[in-house]
Amino acid sequence: MVAEAQTPVRTQVPSRLSMRLGLRGWVYAGRYPAERYLYILHRLCGLGLILYLPLHVWVTGRRLQGPEAWQQTMAILSRPVFVAGEILVLAAFVFHAINGFRLLFGHLGCALGRPEYPVYPYPVALHRQRRLTTALMVLAGAFLAAGVWGLLTK
Amino acid sequence: MAEITGNPEGSVPEGGILTLRVARYDPERDRAARPQEWKVKILPGMTVLDALFAVKEEQDGSLAFRCSCRMGVCGSCGMFINGKPRLACNTQVNELGPVVEVAPLPNHDAIKDLVPDLALTFRRHRAVLPYIIRNDVAEMESPTREFGQTPEELARYVQFSYCLKCSLCLAACPTVSTSEQFLGPQALAQAYRFVADTRDAGLGERAGVVDASHGVFGCHLAGACSEACPKGVDPALGIQLLKRSLFVGPPHRAPAQVVSAFPEGYRTPEAAERPKAPPPSV
Ligand code: HEM
Ligand code: SF4
Ligand code: FES
Repeated sequence: MVAEAQTPVRTQVPSRLSMRLGLRGWVYAGRYPAERYLYILHRLCGLGLILYLPLHVWVTGRRLQGPEAWQQTMAILSRPVFVAGEILVLAAFVFHAINGFRLLFGHLGCALGRPEYPVYPYPVALHRQRRLTTALMVLAGAFLAAGVWGLLTK
Repeated sequence: MAEITGNPEGSVPEGGILTLRVARYDPERDRAARPQEWKVKILPGMTVLDALFAVKEEQDGSLAFRCSCRMGVCGSCGMFINGKPRLACNTQVNELGPVVEVAPLPNHDAIKDLVPDLALTFRRHRAVLPYIIRNDVAEMESPTREFGQTPEELARYVQFSYCLKCSLCLAACPTVSTSEQFLGPQALAQAYRFVADTRDAGLGERAGVVDASHGVFGCHLAGACSEACPKGVDPALGIQLLKRSLFVGPPHRAPAQVVSAFPEGYRTPEAAERPKAPPPSV
């Protein structure tokens, strides 16, 4: 009979070094191009809008407490700091909505072009979309400008 | 195509000295990455992999990294080089400037120094059933002829078939950075590579894996994977087309059938004009 091979047994699996980026992988876009930054901004704006929602519900709810309470609230909201806040909410909404349409199209495989042979310099679908992306951002800027104009001149 | 004029990021003359800064890790003694620096003489056409070899051969034999083909086709040498996941053998040092910083691939476990554990990438790849799935078992088991496919049909997926499984896209993906479960750009793009193949009928079976929040719906179209990919696979495009396929079906209605056989003894008309092979001399 063959003697059992005397192989040294590793008692301890060597540890590993986890390079998982965690949240840093979301919020730091480093040297990646525009779409990677739009991803961060879309997320931040979405979260910002959610945080704004309870405040918005509370403010509109004040109307139920009669015209006086409403007037009072409106007076507070016309202070510059709240107007500035409103502009921020508007900016977040306009960007999130318009970029959201770009993303919706993208997720459905539209406006990305067709697959092609990977000949250097390699084709990237999101680059084919750059003109659309730029046009949408200009549109968002125009909506925001119109909104700010409306807010400041009302 | 733009002419490549060299040195896009920084200028390093040949014969100059390169500072190679590596985030090292020895599982037997380190708890965290340990930076170490070497000076390397720059040779013509030197890649980051060449620089690592220069260190290993002349300065520190304990430096660990993984490579095989040294020509960008095996996908072994993925590393985090100057702020981006890249193939070390596919990146020339004169693109990078006088200081080259190298760390193990993000979003992976480092086994030692620059050697990442790719086992999870391969497991995810296998999970999406990366092969042709058909119902005609008899033809699959004992094939009679080839399945038909036109060059136009090939063009619909050939881009995705260039994947090396180098895992650079997973290192770039923000969803992978927080989720263990997400299948990731590599596997999802490969799922689409087979879904879009006209010989395949496996969308339904693959949907069981990819139609999930940790499948295609984990993708938020940040596009970083496609920027990192060294082969032009464009996984972000593959994932979105896979989403579309889940809603409206694959690009082809029914899987391609075997091409019909030529009649017995058939010769193409040109065959008569072709020169005959000389008679055998032995
Ligand atoms: C016309 C209006 C809107 C459109 C078209 C829109 C579109 C979208 C789309 C397409 C996404 C998915 C992004 C992705 O995963 O790729 C998204 C995410 C999100 N949206 Fe909206 N949205 C709109 C309004 C809102 C509003 C009013 C709120 C808040 C109350 C909001 C909060 C969020 C949040 C928190 C996310 C998740 C962010 C993320 O996963 O990155 N959205 N939106
Ligand atoms: S898709 Fe590109 S980056 Fe991702 S594993 Fe394949 S070749 Fe590497
Ligand atoms: S060694 Fe094969 S891809 Fe770099």
